[in-house]
Amino acid sequence: MATTKRKRATTRADNQASSDDLLKYYREMLLIRRFEEKAGQLYGMGLIGGFCHLYIGQEAVVVGMQSAITGDDGVITSYRDHGHMLACGMDAGGVMAELTGREGGYSRGKGGSMHMFSKEKNFYGGHGIVGGQVPLGTGIAFNYKYRGEDRVCLTYLGDGAVNQGQVYEAFNMAALWQLPVVYCIENNQYAMGTSTQRHSSSPDLYQRGMAYGIPGEQVDGMDVLAVKEAGERAVAHCREGKGPYILELKTYRYRGHSMSDPAKYRTKDELDKMRKEHDPIDMVKKLLIDGNIIDEAGLKDIDKEVKAEVAKAAEFAQNSPEPDVSELFTDILIDA
Amino acid sequence: MPIEVLMPALSPTMTEGTLAKWNVKEGDTIASGDVIAEIETDKATMEVEAVDEGTVGKIVIAEGTENVAVNAVIAYILEEGEDASALDNVSASSGGAAPAAEEKTAAPAEEAAPAASTASAAPVAASGAIERSDAEPRAMSVMNATQDEKTYTSFKTQTVREALRDAMAEEMRGDENVFVMGEEVAQYQGAYKVTQGLLDEFGDRRVVDTPITEIGFTGMATGAAFMGLKPIVEFMTFNFAMQAIDHIINSAAKTLYMSGGQLGCPIVFRGPNGAAARVGAQHSQCYASWYAHCPGLKVIAPWSAADAKGLLKAAIRDPNPIVFLENEIMYGQSFEVPDDDDFVLPIGQAKIEREGTDVTIVAFSIMVGKALKAAEQLAEQGISAEVINLRTIRPLDVNTIIRSVMKTNRLVTCEEGWHFAGIGSEIASVVMEHAFDYLDAPVARVTGEDVPMPYAANLEALALPQEQHIVDAAKAVCYR
Ligand SMILES: Cc1ncc(C[n+]2csc(CCOP(=O)(O)OP(=O)(O)O)c2C)c(N)n1
Ligand SMILES: [Mg+2]
Repeated sequence: MATTKRKRATTRADNQASSDDLLKYYREMLLIRRFEEKAGQLYGMGLIGGFCHLYIGQEAVVVGMQSAITGDDGVITSYRDHGHMLACGMDAGGVMAELTGREGGYSRGKGGSMHMFSKEKNFYGGHGIVGGQVPLGTGIAFNYKYRGEDRVCLTYLGDGAVNQGQVYEAFNMAALWQLPVVYCIENNQYAMGTSTQRHSSSPDLYQRGMAYGIPGEQVDGMDVLAVKEAGERAVAHCREGKGPYILELKTYRYRGHSMSDPAKYRTKDELDKMRKEHDPIDMVKKLLIDGNIIDEAGLKDIDKEVKAEVAKAAEFAQNSPEPDVSELFTDILIDA
Repeated sequence: MPIEVLMPALSPTMTEGTLAKWNVKEGDTIASGDVIAEIETDKATMEVEAVDEGTVGKIVIAEGTENVAVNAVIAYILEEGEDASALDNVSASSGGAAPAAEEKTAAPAEEAAPAASTASAAPVAASGAIERSDAEPRAMSVMNATQDEKTYTSFKTQTVREALRDAMAEEMRGDENVFVMGEEVAQYQGAYKVTQGLLDEFGDRRVVDTPITEIGFTGMATGAAFMGLKPIVEFMTFNFAMQAIDHIINSAAKTLYMSGGQLGCPIVFRGPNGAAARVGAQHSQCYASWYAHCPGLKVIAPWSAADAKGLLKAAIRDPNPIVFLENEIMYGQSFEVPDDDDFVLPIGQAKIEREGTDVTIVAFSIMVGKALKAAEQLAEQGISAEVINLRTIRPLDVNTIIRSVMKTNRLVTCEEGWHFAGIGSEIASVVMEHAFDYLDAPVARVTGEDVPMPYAANLEALALPQEQHIVDAAKAVCYR
């Protein structure tokens, strides 16, 4: 397939989602948002330590992409991983307990916010080195192809990560060997304090695979339906054995890079405009109301459920004990 | 003179092979590039091409001969105008071209070299006596006093962070070739605010924000240093320098040697190293022993603000590649720093932070503070500890360590890194080599636990070496 450089801003108009789907997306995005707000709160209380990178604002990306794959497909990402785990169906309590460093966490407290995994849900981390997950995800796709399995690996990376050399080494091999991997570039427009214009010679990140013949598209990452539609196209491409695909999902993070970043490098207006005009949850909410799928009272009920789920997760995360001290020396090597 | 065709080697380690086949016979005319024979070893087969043109005068080694020594004459080629009589004298003089069985036992050339540094090595440290520039051999010569540091009269209180910034600013003012490069160093003022204010003063030509491309900008900065610029490369933390370690070692550390002294590399690689708080396994690690292992690098790990300032200035002025390991937790701590623009500390000189007589405690970076606190505790228990702040890890100040051990006869080393092949291991070896007879107890090493850094608060606290570990180790070597 020739390199396509479709710059199509896919919009909702192209899509017809079922009412059930819309409700599901709403609920899933809301869960991520409330979960992250709670994590921020627990961080402020000193219950979560170190780095904690929140996903608020970017919810449509993972929820849309997840709806384009099946539970058998793999997912791998960076340290900004809470949303991905929830979207994969991992338990909110287990994720939150990892944030608090407790026994009930997905890594039994040993990984922390940036390092969680669930083999059961095909979620492979949780990686702290910018760009490191890209060859890893490509390797997961290699494994799928090697075994002749009809599975795809969604490999997420940030706009900053896109400049790492190993990303291109992975692109080349993925294209060379036609590996079933979708590179999902979450372009939230900042790598820490550096805007895309200041770190990338070309702002069109979906074109980064052109030299390898990897098709790419730019997608409105604040629009869950657009993400889902593009995701389905990308995944279908992989499943047809045509190799990798790149999606550049234009999105925005509302909070600082991590809890300690005051985000002075951007204006309040920029943020407010995003929140008011492009909020991914508000967008779906409007569709639900305008389409008479649910009324305000119905939405309130969903909100309540979600809040209760998050409260339960937070409670679990605080009550789960610290790992037993013997855990310090376990899981270093497998006995052979 | 007939041309000798020699038995070629298929690889640098091949000493002999089989002459499998001749593709020519005596009297054939050959041109350069013609395949004249095939040779084999147990691993490979290779064709022998003629390099010269002429006539095959004589085949010395018959087809099918095994164990033909590399470089043995296998045939003679007669040049234009020569006839077979030209062979009469040569055949006699190089008759020893036959199978090389005895020669092989006599001189297995490629194995001979390493023997010198392994089997035949005397009890002297194999690598110690000659090449090691950082270790003056034997306790006696070690007694030469190290040069005294200049004394200063006026001081100001500064954080480590400010001291590092001032060191860079002063050197940048003094030398147009010095510039800073790294992620978030300019507009953001440094991820940990160490480069605060530098962009304002020096502009974006000399304070350069990079994309997240460690191996790329490290290679670029190294290339610029080959050309005489003096880059200060900030790694947001040393964990990310692992992306770039190839250029730090393969390019920056080795090029002077590989170029026979032509291309120096005046560069400083700096940033926070070691454990930070609760950031998990990929963001919490001490790289001191990784870099200290490598010839061609100097490795510095300051503790106080004065160390930071004096040594960073020295590092920027030094014509060599320097790995400068800071510590995030130390950035906000305040110390007295000499108030003098010419304040520089010598690289390679440790500092005795506290004098004592019963036990020597060697530490670097954040561990110096813990060692000093441990020394206080020990004093209360009647043990007088001498605390050495290494300041430079490579070249190691062996003199200061040995002199102290000769006095106290006991040694505890401290580091955050893992024990295996750590800095403590090196110090223990050096002390054993130079002051074995002065030791009254085996050297004790206080190190981080041999595990990736856990995230959970309780496990993290257990993984890191604490003041109490130093106290316990000191008491143990004092048999108390
Ligand atoms: C190799 C490496 N370099 C630097 C860092 C420090 N760091 C962590 S996140 C980050 C910014 C990444 O930005 P981006 O890829 O856009 O992802 P986002 O945080 O926006 O999700 C940086 C520089 C790191 N973790 N790894
Ligand atoms: Mg980003």
